[in-house]
Amino acid sequence: MKVVRIGAGAGFQGDRIEPAADLARRGELDFLVFECLAERTIALAQQAKLANPTAGFDPLLERRMRAVLSDCIANGTRIITNAGAANPQGAAACVRSVARELGLSVKVAAVTGDDVLDRIGEHILDETGQTAASLGRNLVSANAYIGCDGIVEALAADADVVICGRASDPALFLAPLVHSFGWAMDDWTRLGRGTLIGHMLECAAQVTGGYFADPGSKNVNDLLNIGFPLAEVSEDGNAVITKLPGTGGLVSRATCTEQLLYEIHDPARYLQPDVVADFSRVTLEEIGPDRVQVKGASGTPPTGKLKVSVGYRDGWLGEGQMSYAGVNCIERGRLALDLVGARLQVVGPAIRESRGDLIGLDSIAPTVPGTRQRPTEIRMRYAARCTDRATAQRVGEEVESLYLCGPAGGGGATKSVREIIGIASTLVPRDLVRLDCALLEERDEVA
Amino acid sequence: MKLHDLAHARTGDKGDTSNISVIAYRADDWPVIEREITAARVAAHFGHADAECVTRYELPQLHALNFVIRGALAGGVTRSLALDAHGKCLASVLLDLEIQGEEP
Repeated sequence: MKVVRIGAGAGFQGDRIEPAADLARRGELDFLVFECLAERTIALAQQAKLANPTAGFDPLLERRMRAVLSDCIANGTRIITNAGAANPQGAAACVRSVARELGLSVKVAAVTGDDVLDRIGEHILDETGQTAASLGRNLVSANAYIGCDGIVEALAADADVVICGRASDPALFLAPLVHSFGWAMDDWTRLGRGTLIGHMLECAAQVTGGYFADPGSKNVNDLLNIGFPLAEVSEDGNAVITKLPGTGGLVSRATCTEQLLYEIHDPARYLQPDVVADFSRVTLEEIGPDRVQVKGASGTPPTGKLKVSVGYRDGWLGEGQMSYAGVNCIERGRLALDLVGARLQVVGPAIRESRGDLIGLDSIAPTVPGTRQRPTEIRMRYAARCTDRATAQRVGEEVESLYLCGPAGGGGATKSVREIIGIASTLVPRDLVRLDCALLEERDEVA
Repeated sequence: MKLHDLAHARTGDKGDTSNISVIAYRADDWPVIEREITAARVAAHFGHADAECVTRYELPQLHALNFVIRGALAGGVTRSLALDAHGKCLASVLLDLEIQGEEP
């Protein structure tokens, strides 16, 4: 019985590279998938591309490819990634240049069409109730979450490396399964199961014991050398989730259950471009050390609409922090917050929203009076969304000046300013997207 | 006894909505968790006056609950001024919940 081996080489843009290199070397994989795009990444990439037309893709792509490309080509492992961000063609050129340096013969495909910025104007944004066009010059990017069609087409054209921009994360994994098994695009059960595999793998180490350890309650062996996951997928779409022998971490019913429900709302209706996946009756069974059998997903037809993420400039975030310790530290921290708030009154409406926290007391969740021990140190943090950069800078300056003009005993001031890129979303008809799959080069002859 | 003694949890985020899974370590504890950890208690624990903002989904075969909390992230990851804009820490905060049951 045919089994497809598919591994995860990254679960976010800044993910570790060594575990991916290990999978490329020893994984005997058919496919290695790098998921590198968070909600906001593509808007930031679009801004980078405006400043430099050859940029706009994952800055770590070159390093990742240097770490895995030789082994992947030698082992017949094909690479799929959304690291193209706002510039899949640029990313493909980058992969090509790494391949040339390494003396490899590599066919690279760039899948485009997710960028719908020139067509999004009249669509109403869920968050604002206004059209995208009403954002005016602040509108930065609009990218549809595409499904697996373009990637499947690239694989059918024998690409060794497939690079796309915004695709739904599970589609990066579903596409190679559709390609390998020849699943029909209306086989909702198999598409639902393939989506589940994608969902289990898309955050890489989050299913192999990463983001899991809680010493004493949930212990994870050798987190230091945590391995990234791979799935052994059968033709019926059921699979075993595992990791390489000799790597650290843990694949268990518990790690798999946490990942199964990660970022899921109704488990029976996980909306995807190609299918509405149903995870509500999934079963997980430990069938060996670090081996979990995943069964029982299904699916129903998709809604016909695609989600589009719209990025827009949303002012500037100014922030400052200062620590207070010892007796009465909470009261001194509160006085500091009050002072900064009052001193910033003079800038008026240039501050649109602000927030004061005492880190160690109430920055994550509200403190219920009397239920917690009083901390022996706290850190005040004041943050504000401002209309302009100069005002945002002033926020940190008012915190820093607490040194001489604030309560006793403040230390360790920090301040920061960054532009806020907001993300809004809308649903568009599927035909708004015009997919293209370009094989940017033919196979180079190895000298 | 704290929920942390019986269950583990993970937070996810999408826009301004947070979801928190609550998963029993042992099958024996599932009935207690299913009975005690209601949507209303979760809403109250996070200081939401309106219990309607929390929806609970049950996955009995996995001894797991999934709570979906709308409006939990101060406008969403990209706009929120919160330090933990994703609400990643909220699952651990939920495990602080006191529950009635046998000590494990």
